[in-house]
Amino acid sequence: MAQTKTQFGYRRHPDQDRPGSNLAEHAVVVVGAGPVGLSLAIDLAQRGQAVVLLDDADRIGEGSRAICFSKRSLEFWDRLGVGQQMVDKGVVWSVGRIFHGESQLYQFNLLPEQGHKRPAFINLQQFYAEAYLVDRVEELPAIDLRWRNKVAALEARNDHVLLTIETPEGPYRISARFVIACDGAKSSLRRLVGAEFAGQVFEDQFLIADVRMTAAFPTERWFWFDPPFHAGRSALLHKQPDDIWRIDLQLNRFADPNVEKLPENVRPRIARMLGHDEFDFEWISLYKFQCRRMNKFIHGRVIFAGDAAHQVSPFGARGANSGLEDAENLAWKLDCVLRGTSPEALLESYHIERSAAADENIRESTRSTDFMAPNSHQEARLRKAVLSLARETEFGKRMVNGGRLSTPSVYATPLSTADGDNWRGGPQPGTSMPDAPVAGARGEQIFLTDAFVKAGMRFTLLEFGNGAAPELPEGVSAIRIGKDGLVDSDGLAAARYDAEPGTAYLLRPDGYVAARFRHPTREGLDAALARAAGIN
Amino acid sequence: MALSTASNFAKPDDAFRAIVEAHRGLSDEQSADLDAALVLVLANHIGDIAVLNEAIALAKRRMLDASQQQQQQQ
Repeated sequence: MAQTKTQFGYRRHPDQDRPGSNLAEHAVVVVGAGPVGLSLAIDLAQRGQAVVLLDDADRIGEGSRAICFSKRSLEFWDRLGVGQQMVDKGVVWSVGRIFHGESQLYQFNLLPEQGHKRPAFINLQQFYAEAYLVDRVEELPAIDLRWRNKVAALEARNDHVLLTIETPEGPYRISARFVIACDGAKSSLRRLVGAEFAGQVFEDQFLIADVRMTAAFPTERWFWFDPPFHAGRSALLHKQPDDIWRIDLQLNRFADPNVEKLPENVRPRIARMLGHDEFDFEWISLYKFQCRRMNKFIHGRVIFAGDAAHQVSPFGARGANSGLEDAENLAWKLDCVLRGTSPEALLESYHIERSAAADENIRESTRSTDFMAPNSHQEARLRKAVLSLARETEFGKRMVNGGRLSTPSVYATPLSTADGDNWRGGPQPGTSMPDAPVAGARGEQIFLTDAFVKAGMRFTLLEFGNGAAPELPEGVSAIRIGKDGLVDSDGLAAARYDAEPGTAYLLRPDGYVAARFRHPTREGLDAALARAAGIN
Repeated sequence: MALSTASNFAKPDDAFRAIVEAHRGLSDEQSADLDAALVLVLANHIGDIAVLNEAIALAKRRMLDASQQQQQQQ
């Protein structure tokens, strides 16, 4: 196992020596070096933006915390140059099983088809993900990562924000055109802008234990309703790298957290679940959760992303993954605005798209939570009926809700151009690009997501060849499939995009479909491109 | 498709009777369990969320009306 660096040092920065009359001016300051802030900073830097990244600690957080990273997150990390490292270290899985009592109710496969570069999910401790992202940050001179720099105050001005930053050597100030708050569920920036963070608090308590053991369980997500080892409640078992297993046990509402999390009280429960006592604790944490989001993700020049902007229950892997989707959504838009190729109004689409995604995530995770912890006798009765019907009916199995796992939202967004042609399938505008295997010019096997990275992660026209290619607007890359381009030998790309000769998809710089055409015209492309760039 | 409230059974009494008999001999608790399962089975058979929502709305409206009438009589 390669040693990962988790402890970092505070270093004095020349900005700290500047007089108040001549503060350093930065285009983007990202606050919070967790998975979201780090990924956002890397994306911006790769697009040519200089980024100051502040974190109030000087180390990567302890405990595995987020562990399930989605296909979409891995595809984003591929674009940032860290995807392979994550997959190599992570535990790949796509199958989940749901048990009721002693027996299995059903199993599901989140990615039943072949021909995708990335699996449905990997499990990887959050600290590994953060460590790999920090390694990548250190390769990018455009990112200025400052540990033990805590934002203590902010003042909004017309065209910038003044930040007061506390350090071990005292405070200093800088100015920023945009501040991106990725400072987590307890966001201090959210408090500093005075934003509300209202939502639903769930009373049920859950106990997370990460245990170290060697076990022959398959790498699948196992979920139990009313298991024999934990009567009347639910339990979840997940494998992580390094022989670590995540165990999640539902407790009752009135359990005393300080008593429940004592290892001597956790141990017998886990031993009952595993059927043996051969394990060591890595991490124990007891939590309740909340589902809530900010009303507005944008407060003037302060933009919120990740847990700072929205929180969900953990069932469904929608926390870190939705934060990463925020980062990929915001990075290219901020880049276009800073370059002056798009108006600042483009940023509003970040709020529109990602707040709708947050609502969807909150809705899904609230439903899962309510199913696991019914709120009334009648809810419990309905759940009992579903679980018993699931034994012999297909519809019952599909109603059992042991967590609906994160998939990227389809955006209803002003950036999309409505379909004008007839489509039988394929990704509609607002959908993230489906992957498919293709062959390059020398016969090498790659994927469409690789081709998108190679094309520069800009606005890209994905064309299914038909002889002459349409003339591309300035700044738009092309991926050609067919004549003089990539070879779709299995026909999977054409099938997944409902493509005929001449079909073209305009992809945004985050890989979402902006528009699609059976036969694109230059006027049609120009209009769709302007709309997707927020130029109306 | 809209919720059908026309009489759909050739012999409505048979349908009512079938449901009544299913509950015979059950405790209130068991009856509630049976109803819960039955509602889910029938809802899935309908398979149309708009119809289901209409059905829920109709049932709730009648339930509220009934409890108001009861209060007025008291």
